[in-house]
Amino acid sequence: MTGRKLLMTFPVTATSHLLADYRARGGYATLEKVLRQMRPEEVTKEVTTSGILGHGGAGFPAGRKWGVIKLNDGQPHYLCANADEGEPGTFKDRWILENAPHLLLESMLITAYALQVRNAFVYIRGEFDLPYRRLAAAVEEAYAAGWFGERILGTIFSCDIVIYRGAGSYVCGEASALITSIEGKKGYPRNRPPRLTVRGLYQQPTVINNVETLANVTGIVAHGAEAFRKVGTAKSPGTQLVSISGHVQRPGVYEVEYGYPLAKFIYEDCGGVLGGGKLKCIVPGGISTKVLTAAEIEPLTYDHASLAGAGSGVGSGGMVVIAEGTCMVRLLQILLRFYHHESCGQCTPCREGMGWMHRIIDRIVAGEGRPEDIEQLIRISKANDGTTICGMGDAAGYATVGIIAKYRDEFEYFIEHKRSRLDGRLEVAIP
Amino acid sequence: MKHLIPEFDAMRKRYPAGAESSLVLPCLRRIQEDRGFVADNDIAELTEYIGVPRIQIEEVLSHYTQFRRAPIGRWHVQACRNLSCSMRGAEGVIEQLSRKLGIAPGETTADGRFTLSTVECLGSCGTAPVVIVNDTYHENMSPARLDALIEGLPK
Repeated sequence: MTGRKLLMTFPVTATSHLLADYRARGGYATLEKVLRQMRPEEVTKEVTTSGILGHGGAGFPAGRKWGVIKLNDGQPHYLCANADEGEPGTFKDRWILENAPHLLLESMLITAYALQVRNAFVYIRGEFDLPYRRLAAAVEEAYAAGWFGERILGTIFSCDIVIYRGAGSYVCGEASALITSIEGKKGYPRNRPPRLTVRGLYQQPTVINNVETLANVTGIVAHGAEAFRKVGTAKSPGTQLVSISGHVQRPGVYEVEYGYPLAKFIYEDCGGVLGGGKLKCIVPGGISTKVLTAAEIEPLTYDHASLAGAGSGVGSGGMVVIAEGTCMVRLLQILLRFYHHESCGQCTPCREGMGWMHRIIDRIVAGEGRPEDIEQLIRISKANDGTTICGMGDAAGYATVGIIAKYRDEFEYFIEHKRSRLDGRLEVAIP
Repeated sequence: MKHLIPEFDAMRKRYPAGAESSLVLPCLRRIQEDRGFVADNDIAELTEYIGVPRIQIEEVLSHYTQFRRAPIGRWHVQACRNLSCSMRGAEGVIEQLSRKLGIAPGETTADGRFTLSTVECLGSCGTAPVVIVNDTYHENMSPARLDALIEGLPK
C-alpha cells in the first residue's frame, strides 16, 4: 500500500467511468451542495486552505492561482483543465480521464462556480484517443443530465464546456502556449507578466489547472480543507498519482500519499527493478527533473520538500526507473533528440541550443565526440537557463546537467574510447 | 470542406461568443479525418468560413505535427521512440516495422497501404513499447504481437 487514497477510491470496472456508476458513488452531490449552500468565495477559501499544490509539474499552490481572480469585475473568466500530458514518462492524468471523467467534470463545475466561469475548456493532447472518447461521452452524459448548460439545477449558474484537442505539440502543455492553442493559433508560449490569471484566454482572466489538481477539488469541498490537510505532509498535503515506467517490475499508475518512503514505493510496491536487477537511478517526475541515484533515494520520502532537498522534484509525477547497466549517454541522446524535436523555435537560446546539444550528443554516440563536448553541453545548458519565455530550455538543461554531474565518467569513457562502456544498452535482459 | 459546415456550425454553440478563431484546430482535425489531409482549397474555404487570416491557418498546419498537407498510407503506423519505450524495446519495434514494411520512418509503401512514423512520448509509458495505428493505441508490443497486428490489418 502506498498510503491513503483520495482519487483511486473505487474499483475500476467496465462501467465505472459512466454517469450511473459515478452517481452511485455519490457523484454530483457535492456540486449540488455547492450550488445550493455555498458562496463562490467559500469554495475558493476551502481550496486555498487545503494547500493543494499544482499536480502538473510546477507545484504552485492552486488556491493562490484562484485567488487572483476578482469576482464581479464585469469580465468573463475562463477555466482550462490541462490534459495535455506530454512530459515523457507521465501517464497519470490518463487514469483520471479514462476512469473518472465525471470526477473531473464535477470538479470543473465547482471550480467554474467558484471563479464565475461561464465557459470551461479541457485541453487534451491530440494523440489521446480512448481518454478523449471517454471524456467526450461523459460530457454528453452530463449535458443530458442537466449538469452543464443554462441555469444548472434551476440556479443562476450556467456553464458550458468544450473539449479542445491538441494536434501534436509538447510545448502546448505550457499554460500560455495552451491558451494560444485554444485560440486556434500555433502554440507559442508568451511572456509574463501579465499573468494568465490577469490576462489569459481571449485576453481575459483565466485559470489553468492540471487535471489531477482539479480532480481533487470535489473531495476537498465535500470533506473540507482540514480533512484534506490530514493526508500527506504539512507542506505537501494530499496525494500524487505517480505513473511509473521503465525498468520496473510492475509499471502503472499508483496513488502515493505525500511523505511515503520513496525506496519502499519503488522496491516493494512496484516490485523493484525488472528481472531482479539492481537500481541505477530514477527520473522522479518527468524527464525534466534531475535523476536521483539509488543511494540518493534511500533516505527520501515522496513529497516536494524531500525531493527538492535532493536537488530534484515531484514534477509531473512521471517516474522512470533505470536499471544498473543502462548507458546514460544514449539515454541523454533520447532526451536531447526529444527537446530538439519539440522546441517551438520562438526563443533563440532554445531553438539553437536544443539543436546544438542534439548534434553534440549524436556526435558522441557516433564515436566522434571531442574532449570539450562535455563542458560544451553544460555551457549550453546554462546559457538556456532563464533566458527563454517558457521553461523548456531550462528543463532540457536540468536534465542534461543532472545526468552529466552524476555519470560524467560514462561520457568521458565514450569520448575517449569511441564506444559506450555499457554497450549502449537501453534495455535490460528479462530472465 | 463545405459539406462539413453544418457540423462546424453545431460545434460553435458551446464556444463563447467571439471565439471564432478557436475553431481553427477542431475544423482542421475534422477536415483531415474526412479527406485524409488538408488540401489547398480547404485552407481557402476555412479562411473564409472562420474569418481568420490565412497565415494563421498555415502556421497552425506547420506547427502541429499531427496535421498533414499531403495524403499518406491507409494505415498510419506510429511507433514511440521516447525514453520509456526505448527502455522496453522501441528500437527493435521500429527496426521490425521498417523491415516488415520495407520502408524507413517517414516513408509510405509503394502500394499506399502503410506509412511509418516515429513519434515522441504518447503517454503510454507503463505499457511500453507502444504503437499507434491510425488512432488506436496498441500497447505492450512484442515481436509476435507486432507481426500479428500488421498482418491483421485489412488491405
